[in-house]
Amino acid sequence: MPTIQITGGRIIDPSRDLDQVGDLWIADGKIAADGGGAKPDIVVDARNLIVAPGLIDCHVHLREPGQEEDETIATGAASALAGGVTSVACMPNTLPPIDTQATAEFVVLQGRRARQANVYPVGCVSKGRKGEELAGLGQLVAGGAVAFTDDGAPVSNAGLMRRALEYSKMFDLVIMQHCQVMELTVGGVMNEGFESMRLGLGGMPAAAEDIMVARDIRLAEITGGRLHIQHISTARAVELVREGKKRGIRVTAEACPHHFSLTDEKLRSFDSNYKMNPPLRTAEDVAAVIDGLKDGAIEVLCTDHAPHAREKKMRELDQAPFGIVGLETLLPITVTHLIEPGHLSWSQAIRYLTINPAKLLNLPKGTLAPGVDADVTIIDPTTSWTIDPAQFRSKSRNTPYAGWEVRGRAHTVIVDGEIRHTLGGIVRESDVQSA
Amino acid sequence: MTTASPAADSRPPSAGGPDPATPPTVWTRKHLLGLEDLSREEIYAVLDTAESFSEISKRSRKKVPALQGRVVFNLFFENSTRTRTSFSLAAKRLSADTQDFTASVSSLSKGETFIDTAKNIEAMGCDLMVVRHPTPGAPHLLSQHVGSAIINAGDGAHEHPTQALLDLMTIRRAKGRIEGLTVALLGDIGHSRVARSNIWGLLKLGAKVILCGPPTLVPKGMERLGCEVAYRLEDVLPRCDVINVLRIQFERQQGGLFPSVGEYSHFYMMTQERVRKAKPDLLILAPGPINRGVELTPEVADGKHSAILDQVTNGLAVRMAVLYLLTGKMAAAPSGD
Repeated sequence: MPTIQITGGRIIDPSRDLDQVGDLWIADGKIAADGGGAKPDIVVDARNLIVAPGLIDCHVHLREPGQEEDETIATGAASALAGGVTSVACMPNTLPPIDTQATAEFVVLQGRRARQANVYPVGCVSKGRKGEELAGLGQLVAGGAVAFTDDGAPVSNAGLMRRALEYSKMFDLVIMQHCQVMELTVGGVMNEGFESMRLGLGGMPAAAEDIMVARDIRLAEITGGRLHIQHISTARAVELVREGKKRGIRVTAEACPHHFSLTDEKLRSFDSNYKMNPPLRTAEDVAAVIDGLKDGAIEVLCTDHAPHAREKKMRELDQAPFGIVGLETLLPITVTHLIEPGHLSWSQAIRYLTINPAKLLNLPKGTLAPGVDADVTIIDPTTSWTIDPAQFRSKSRNTPYAGWEVRGRAHTVIVDGEIRHTLGGIVRESDVQSA
Repeated sequence: MTTASPAADSRPPSAGGPDPATPPTVWTRKHLLGLEDLSREEIYAVLDTAESFSEISKRSRKKVPALQGRVVFNLFFENSTRTRTSFSLAAKRLSADTQDFTASVSSLSKGETFIDTAKNIEAMGCDLMVVRHPTPGAPHLLSQHVGSAIINAGDGAHEHPTQALLDLMTIRRAKGRIEGLTVALLGDIGHSRVARSNIWGLLKLGAKVILCGPPTLVPKGMERLGCEVAYRLEDVLPRCDVINVLRIQFERQQGGLFPSVGEYSHFYMMTQERVRKAKPDLLILAPGPINRGVELTPEVADGKHSAILDQVTNGLAVRMAVLYLLTGKMAAAPSGD
């Protein structure tokens, strides 16, 4: 494998509280302490750029197997690379669901074949995501699962959720929960409130999320299991997580760009690209999510990348599916809505995108410490560009950010010591080939 | 000889309104999607135009050539009899060719989307689509994908602009004005497109609006629109100049939003006894179809306070006015936009 020298970049590695200009070396697919006196095969000129551990997205939907018209593991993992994401954890709401060792291994295998971003399966909590009996969690771990969730089908049965939190302790893996009391969201299309009232659209009250978050934090407390709140979206839920952490409960939470950059007023356009679950909430909720990120109540940024083919999304609002693609807009929306307004420093944002999700998923990644797999994202922090869905590597185009003028972009992305994505211009072969 | 322009006809004496002389030239819209978007002047332009057209329905030859050669499609993705019939007849009185297309959303969901359906219809040649759909915003979505003018004939619980316009016309004819009146909307406000369009229209024209129904049918936040919310009809009856009795859909009871139809009627049905507690010149409207013995008693429905059949008559004039104003916009820009 080629030896790579990344020169003159601002190296930000929150896992080691590092933020300094310098060189980074890669040899044999791993991060190296230095060049060891050897000449590099490839030199990457990273002056004025940020050199970070490869970004990790703990919440994506790659739709394979079963819904390849929306996305495949190969196109989704390529979309990840284009967004600077070197590892993704993909949700098990596929057809069939990832609830057996065989299906988990299929995801791992397709990820290796694609050779884009690293792909890790998240297994189901319950068989068939039906919320009735525990899936074979141990078998899923054997197949490569890095966490468990029933995702869009929240575990409603409190007894089952309790057992899942208890049983998963033997693997020290996290139970991820889409927190929603389904009885309160029947027929819902958007956040319940002034806007839904005005538009005559079915509402999903914030309380549906709050109640499930409160219940599950208490279950995590009595079991000692690891609970992760997916795509947190309400002010009260953020407060509950903050309280839970103070009490020493093993609870973490993630936030998605749409929940800190958009509000439910956007639904006035009746555009299904604003239909997601949890729904866009109010300005107060957005402010609370940002506050949660600032004080660490929320410690992971992710996308909930949810590709849907155009013909499915271009429907009446109640017929269109929930969700938006996010991998290629994660970084710029984080820059324009969290870093530039001063809510998060670069170091904090990169922490939430690297070492924190790595810890969440027990991955030996998210760091530039010598010896780890060389997953590196080189970011141009100031470049201005316009989001154009036609340029997406994802198979789907369902984004609310089309036409947005943004700043910050993944410039060059290295996975396992290979340059797998670059906008070009900074990578050159060294004059002297190493022996 | 009949003239194409209603403005050239002898205008009937206006039933009032602060500015009955407002010329329809304030109308520049291509679509009518809701009353939330309309200005007070635009609403009066429709009402005044409708007054001109209401005279035509009294003639022995009930037809003018205003829309000759135009094609109006009724695209109804939800059951409707009176609205569809009213639009068809309105278009025919203006000499347009009309065609109905009726389909349930469920039958479409197997393959063709409703946007495809509309594009197919447009390919047959269509100037104006009258669209009813169970989903809020469906006509708005359609307006982005087809070139025809769109009239929203009811989109889910969102808006039903021509119904509110005919309600406003009926109130203005009976009371001589709208500004300063107290109008109560009674019943299922939350699921009602008629309620939302009425709220926008009435507030814009200066009426006071009271929303009255059980708390499960009056969503929180409605007072933020500028309405008063009341749960007990008796508390507000004496103040009302107009009560618009909304239809109760029985599936709401099955959804557990109120315990029984009987209990609903006990609290909210308009009876002779309740009418006696109101002002002597109380006007009662109902968008229909009405459930006699549930929302109002037969005596009240057929009584002297009821304007239910006037609403149907005025609905025709309002729909003629809207069709006329929207196609007038086309004539100004024949290439479309």
